[in-house]
Amino acid sequence: MALWPRPFPVSLKLDSALSAVTHVNTSHSDGYPRFLRRCFTEATDGPWTYIIWMVALTAVALVGANAWALQVRDGMVHTNMSDHVSWGLYIANFTFCVGLAAGGVMMVIPAYLYDDDDMHGLVIIGESVAIAAIVMSTLSVVVDLGRPDRFWHMIPGIGKFNWPMSMLTWDILVLNGYLLINLHIVGYLLYMRYLGLRPNPKWYVPFVMLSIVWAISIHTVTAFLYCGLGGRPFWNTALLAPRFLASAFVSGPAFIILALRVMRLSTKFHFPPQPARTLIQIIRVAMCANLLMLFSELFTLFYTGGGHAAAAQHLFFGSHGSYGLVPWIWTAMVLNIVGAILFFLPAALERGWLRIVACVMCIVGIWIEKGMGLIIPAFIPSTLHEVVEYSPSLVEWKITAGIWAFGLLLLSAMLKLIAAVFTSPSESGGIPE
Amino acid sequence: MSQDSPLLPILNNEPTDRRGALKAVGATLGMAAWATAMQPLVEWSEDLNVDEFLQKHYRELTADQKVAVFKRLEEDTKRDYGADVSISDPQPMPGVQYGYALNLSVCTGCRKCSEACHIENNHDRATNNSYIRVFEMEKGGIDFEKGDATYDHPVPQPDKYYMPVQCQQCENAPCVTACPIEATWQEPDGIVVVDYNWCIGCRYCEAACPYHARRFNWEAPTIPAEEVNPDQGYLSNRIRPQGVMEKCTFCLHRTREGRMPACLEACPTGARVFGNVLDPDSEIRWVIENKRTFVLKEELGTKPRFFYFFDK
Ligand code: SF4
Ligand code: SF4
Repeated sequence: MALWPRPFPVSLKLDSALSAVTHVNTSHSDGYPRFLRRCFTEATDGPWTYIIWMVALTAVALVGANAWALQVRDGMVHTNMSDHVSWGLYIANFTFCVGLAAGGVMMVIPAYLYDDDDMHGLVIIGESVAIAAIVMSTLSVVVDLGRPDRFWHMIPGIGKFNWPMSMLTWDILVLNGYLLINLHIVGYLLYMRYLGLRPNPKWYVPFVMLSIVWAISIHTVTAFLYCGLGGRPFWNTALLAPRFLASAFVSGPAFIILALRVMRLSTKFHFPPQPARTLIQIIRVAMCANLLMLFSELFTLFYTGGGHAAAAQHLFFGSHGSYGLVPWIWTAMVLNIVGAILFFLPAALERGWLRIVACVMCIVGIWIEKGMGLIIPAFIPSTLHEVVEYSPSLVEWKITAGIWAFGLLLLSAMLKLIAAVFTSPSESGGIPE
Repeated sequence: MSQDSPLLPILNNEPTDRRGALKAVGATLGMAAWATAMQPLVEWSEDLNVDEFLQKHYRELTADQKVAVFKRLEEDTKRDYGADVSISDPQPMPGVQYGYALNLSVCTGCRKCSEACHIENNHDRATNNSYIRVFEMEKGGIDFEKGDATYDHPVPQPDKYYMPVQCQQCENAPCVTACPIEATWQEPDGIVVVDYNWCIGCRYCEAACPYHARRFNWEAPTIPAEEVNPDQGYLSNRIRPQGVMEKCTFCLHRTREGRMPACLEACPTGARVFGNVLDPDSEIRWVIENKRTFVLKEELGTKPRFFYFFDK
């Protein structure tokens, strides 16, 4: 049942002759570049539906790139941020993407905890989602910089790295480390399959373990980025990191379920139904924990009242005659609660549209809750209790859409490669149909 | 996706070189689109120069390098703003720790200090920026929730008092801890400064500051040549570049040379007291020792160097 229980047959028929040779005489120094070249060919070829999808994503990514170029040239006045609300959609999206990256990997914990063989197969999908999400979160920070030309000031050793004091330096370290670990795991597993060799657990299991711990760290450090700021009472709560983790356990698995569905519809690479069921179980528990913590937070804020509740008051009910955030948060609440209810219906355990709808609802709900619902309210009212509204500008939307398009582009290419490498004409490669 | 997967029939029979040609066309179009999309970036990079790009952190510049940097900045100001300016770099004086106090009983909310700051520090004219915000507060408490910084009527109003807020030059400054690249730090005389040529504009410090003291240059500031204050400090009031953070520096280009901050000089009521707290004969020392002063948000542990007091 597991993915790697026996030696694999020569796969990736695009290149079967070649890999047969490589198989005999393995020189990884030229074998790996050739593998990467093959991957590139594979990722840029395919049926028309795939080409159209990829061209469309490229177009959106280019619109985003253009908007960003304008923003760099003319300044961040193109955004609707201000000195009162100095972080906006970019950092909101960043926070969600870090959660997605963490969640993509944390869901493999049960695979190792309970020795659930089926779940092992999901590792590579989860790690691919993590890679795409990390790239998106890094881009979200880059587009938020006023002076991207000075990026080298952030490179440890060359620039001036305010470590360990600044939480942002921690975030830079853990996010890049996480990206490298996951690139290694995905690259290694695919390469071995491509060579028709059995992956050596020594070369990936320790890294999978490491990436699990690391996944928790990226989201925890990102929470510390906010909750360590005493001047922002809305963030200054110890519950922030656990809340981040709980919501990551929802958004990550939900995203993977969507990815699996897309793969099942568009490739010959099929997973058995059990792993998705396990994911749904994880989502059920995590969503309850998430909602419980949210409730506990809101109780503390509203029951105590006073200055600390001002941001929550503004977020949920508006204040001083401005109600900009109210529709956002209530949309998120409805999506999250209805999504959670849908996940608890027995039908969610079966393949079908119900779980897809539930996944989409929870992903969008958490995107708002962790983004517009968590980042913006910390700035409204401001530290001196001034209420200045914020809603993202067109440029901000374009850039954010561009980042998502680029992330999905990467993810689509990776999933297609995985499907190609893992499905061979002779043998399903240990994947039960 | 592999070759034997169900493609459109027409494609199955297609010679691979036709596919290759299509891909090449696609790639060319893609590159052209990319170049068009990135055009603004190219225009922007034409304005950048290598020296500026490679410039080191202020605290790592040698004396010679500083001279070169200041000269380049003066030339840039001439080119971009048409103004002749001189950029100096006064150093902190040994045995000096600055403190500022404000008498809330006499402040009338006239905003002369904000205005003086605006002019002294070469702020953007379009946004009417200033490091000082004056809050009209309700008597009977210090509750910013009931305060208003955008009042537009004759002052003082009988049932109100006025509270100017600027950078508190915190001894334990959260903005400094936050900065990932040490672009902002505390000088030995207690003033928190920003190297405008090192800041990457992440705005983490602005999120960390509990006093709304920091300002970001959302675009390059605009100032008519004749209004530019030519007496500029590298770490203080020189015209800031686009995309970086700025903040109040207690006018260090003045105060480190023994003059008073511009906001103090402009205040018609004498509400402001500034000086060296280490000097036992200074007025600021007298105020701190004899008045019941308080600091804003004391509970945060930021240890402001800015004190408020009521006289009667
Ligand atoms: S008031 Fe704000 S900007 Fe000034 S030192 Fe304190 S934290 Fe930094
Ligand atoms: S905006 Fe500039 S000074 Fe502020 S934290 Fe970022 S790099 Fe440091």
